[in-house]
Amino acid sequence: MQGLLAWVPLLPLIGFLVLVAIPLFYRREPPEKIVTFIGVGSVGIAALITAIVAATVFWGNPAEVVYIRLWQWMLVDNLQLGFNFHIDWLTLVMLMIITGVGFLIHLYSAGYMREDSDFRRYFAYLNLFVCAMLILVMADNLVLLYLGWEGVGLCSYLLIGFWYKNPANGAAAQKAFIVTRIGDTAMAIGLFLLFFEFSTLNIPQLVSAAESSAVDPQVITIATLLLLGGAVGKSAQLPLQTWLPDAMAGPTPVSALIHAATMVTAGVYLIARMHPLYLLSETAMTAVAIVGALTLLLSGFSAIAQSDIKRVLAYSTISQIGYMFLALGVGAWSGAIFHLMTHAFFKALLFLSAGSVILSLHHEQNIFAMGGLFRKIPFTFICFTIGCACLAALPFTSGFYSKDHILLSAWEFHQGFNSFWLAGIVGALVTGIYSFRVLFMVFAGSEGSASLQCKDANTAVMTVPLTILAVLALFGGLLAPPLQAVFGVTPSEHHAAWVEGIAIAMPLIGLTIAWQLFKKEKKSGEQRSSIMQYWFSGWGFDWLYEHLLAKPFKALARLNHNDIIDSLYKGTAAFSQQLNSILSSSQNGQVRWYLVTFAAGSILFLALLVAL
Amino acid sequence: MNYVFYLTATIAVVSTTMVIFHRNAVHALLYLVTSLLSVAVIFYQFGAPLAAALEVIIYAGAIMVLIIFVIMMLNQGDSTVTQEQAWLQPTTWIGPALLSALLLIQLILLVSSGQISSTQTFHYIGPKQVGIALFSHYVLAVELASMLLLAGLVGAFHLARRRKIDTGDSGNAI
Amino acid sequence: MPFETAPGLEAGVLLASILFCLGLAGLMMRRNVIFMLMSVEVCTNAAALMFVVAGAHWGNADGQVMFIFVVTLAAAEVAIALALVLQFYHRKHTVDIDQLSELRG
Repeated sequence: MQGLLAWVPLLPLIGFLVLVAIPLFYRREPPEKIVTFIGVGSVGIAALITAIVAATVFWGNPAEVVYIRLWQWMLVDNLQLGFNFHIDWLTLVMLMIITGVGFLIHLYSAGYMREDSDFRRYFAYLNLFVCAMLILVMADNLVLLYLGWEGVGLCSYLLIGFWYKNPANGAAAQKAFIVTRIGDTAMAIGLFLLFFEFSTLNIPQLVSAAESSAVDPQVITIATLLLLGGAVGKSAQLPLQTWLPDAMAGPTPVSALIHAATMVTAGVYLIARMHPLYLLSETAMTAVAIVGALTLLLSGFSAIAQSDIKRVLAYSTISQIGYMFLALGVGAWSGAIFHLMTHAFFKALLFLSAGSVILSLHHEQNIFAMGGLFRKIPFTFICFTIGCACLAALPFTSGFYSKDHILLSAWEFHQGFNSFWLAGIVGALVTGIYSFRVLFMVFAGSEGSASLQCKDANTAVMTVPLTILAVLALFGGLLAPPLQAVFGVTPSEHHAAWVEGIAIAMPLIGLTIAWQLFKKEKKSGEQRSSIMQYWFSGWGFDWLYEHLLAKPFKALARLNHNDIIDSLYKGTAAFSQQLNSILSSSQNGQVRWYLVTFAAGSILFLALLVAL
Repeated sequence: MNYVFYLTATIAVVSTTMVIFHRNAVHALLYLVTSLLSVAVIFYQFGAPLAAALEVIIYAGAIMVLIIFVIMMLNQGDSTVTQEQAWLQPTTWIGPALLSALLLIQLILLVSSGQISSTQTFHYIGPKQVGIALFSHYVLAVELASMLLLAGLVGAFHLARRRKIDTGDSGNAI
Repeated sequence: MPFETAPGLEAGVLLASILFCLGLAGLMMRRNVIFMLMSVEVCTNAAALMFVVAGAHWGNADGQVMFIFVVTLAAAEVAIALALVLQFYHRKHTVDIDQLSELRG
């Protein structure tokens, strides 16, 4: 039964290979039904296997750990890496999210991407992504994790630039790839450092080695900060968050799967997985918390100012992952994973219903052109409302439970009032504002210019996943995973009622502010005050990086247009050519000339003898 | 006794100089024969009568005859003298002459800087000793020399043969 | 058996050097192949003289043995060279060595 888990990453890989290999056997493009069957089916079976194993092996056993040894991957001196999977409850939660939510999004994609000319390529990439993501979470050593890490990065790149005929999409894909590469480099250096210190990259061994042996805490701090760099890049946190809003250039289900539910949470998973190391370094913990707090505030405010429905959701994703980082930074490991799970549900739901809106409005994404859609596409409206309620953490939705957990943990961790808790509370208010603002802008009020052409584009394969996700988003708060065996039990302290009261009140205050904002914006149209414009541009980070890094680099590249290093080699070539022409002119076939040179040579040689 | 040596040496040098500067090939050849004969005399003075005899017979005799045959076969006539005059301008020969002079100076320097043995004794080596050395210690080299001569014979015959494309007036080669 | 009439070793070596340099000079300055051949003969002869002088100095028969080999070599060389000269003359109708070059260096 446990061995079945090895099939979980293998099935999407098989799906990918089959989809890629089809043109080798059939000249014609296969019908969409077959592609759907392979692409969705592979992930569906993987989800089924995960569910079965979870129900039979893990249910009721919080301490259960499954270890699957597949094969030796590499063996160099004392570096011993296996293709081995280590599955505990943390991994299982990730597995269920990836296969479960992934399956639903695959199913939805079959409807969303219908009649796209690259239907097969889309599902091939998607399957490859799921495979890489599963390897990432199941890996028992950091190098295998890195394989998955880079694999999902590649798929993210491929899918952002899926509609590659538009150069802007290609640029967005490159931006995502290059920015995450910065973080990945930091992470790779972190891996080197860890291996240098502990001579192992196997995660359980690494953890026990770090805890038992007396290692320089400085080294642990540096290594964990480097890993944080990788997590920051992948999870689009400050200061590497700029790629995620642009990544919305990809198809909407891709945004739901990769840029909301799974890949961007890989950083959270990494830190949660390596949490014993972080516990050894207070600096690293504080850094994680600061990154999370700053990110959730900055991107929350940016989300308020956006006019593109997908960019609102992108900024809100950054903000919510900021919450997870904040949770990690205050030691609320299970809270972070819990929020990761609920976020996967409601953010996937939001993205998919946003996809329905976009499809219904014939690829219109500007919320100022929408409005009054609640009458035209009521089903999508209900789904989107549920998603927004969860995102804003209205009481008794899943988002409420997980966010509440995080806020209370922040309160407890520093024994009372502190800046992290305050950031979380302000973030909750901002979340309420931007989530309801977008809800009102799209569905309420008078009809916008694009709303008139609205035609409900939902099909059965789209409504079914939306329904399931809506149910999960609403009641997912009851499914708190038993992670105490992985992270240890944190004693629950008693705290004042007003602390919880504020947490409940904040989204409601946000709702009312959002209504005021909506009325004002509906009147004024798409005009922004200077502060809103500043938020709209994502706090000017793009401008800053453009002028700080891209421009000087381009100037340097232009300076080195003729390649200074290359001229050395060109010079060598020219020199030998010159030498050749000189020497070949001496090869003139004149016997007497040869004799003269011969005599001159002898004279020189004898001169040496005489001189010596 | 050294007068004879210096006299012959002077003759050798002068006649050799004439060889390289003379314009008429046959005259130059005669000077060359003179030079070879004087070298033969020097051989004799150095106690090598066999070498002297061979120098006269083979060098001054056979080889020079060979060259004179070829000069006769080429049969270029009187025009060659004027042609040689045109070819042998001072501008042509001054460079090589300087180079050779430099080389000579260097050789003299090297020879004079060497350790000179105090006992200037020379030994008479007769034909008998040479013959014994030749056919005992150097017998293999003699065989090789015979092979070389054979190869020279075949090669000369092959090279000098007229090709069919060359429709010359005389059908005979060497 | 010492041989009293001989001049000094240096004198012999000097003569050989002078003859060799004269031959080399002739080789470099003449364009007529016949003259070049004669110059080569002068050079080989100088070398042979060197052998004999050295052999006499050391009281060794090897010098004259080498002389015999040098003469053999000269004979073979002259035979081949003259054959080449004949062929050259038949083809180019000249004895100018500079006309032989077909390279364009």
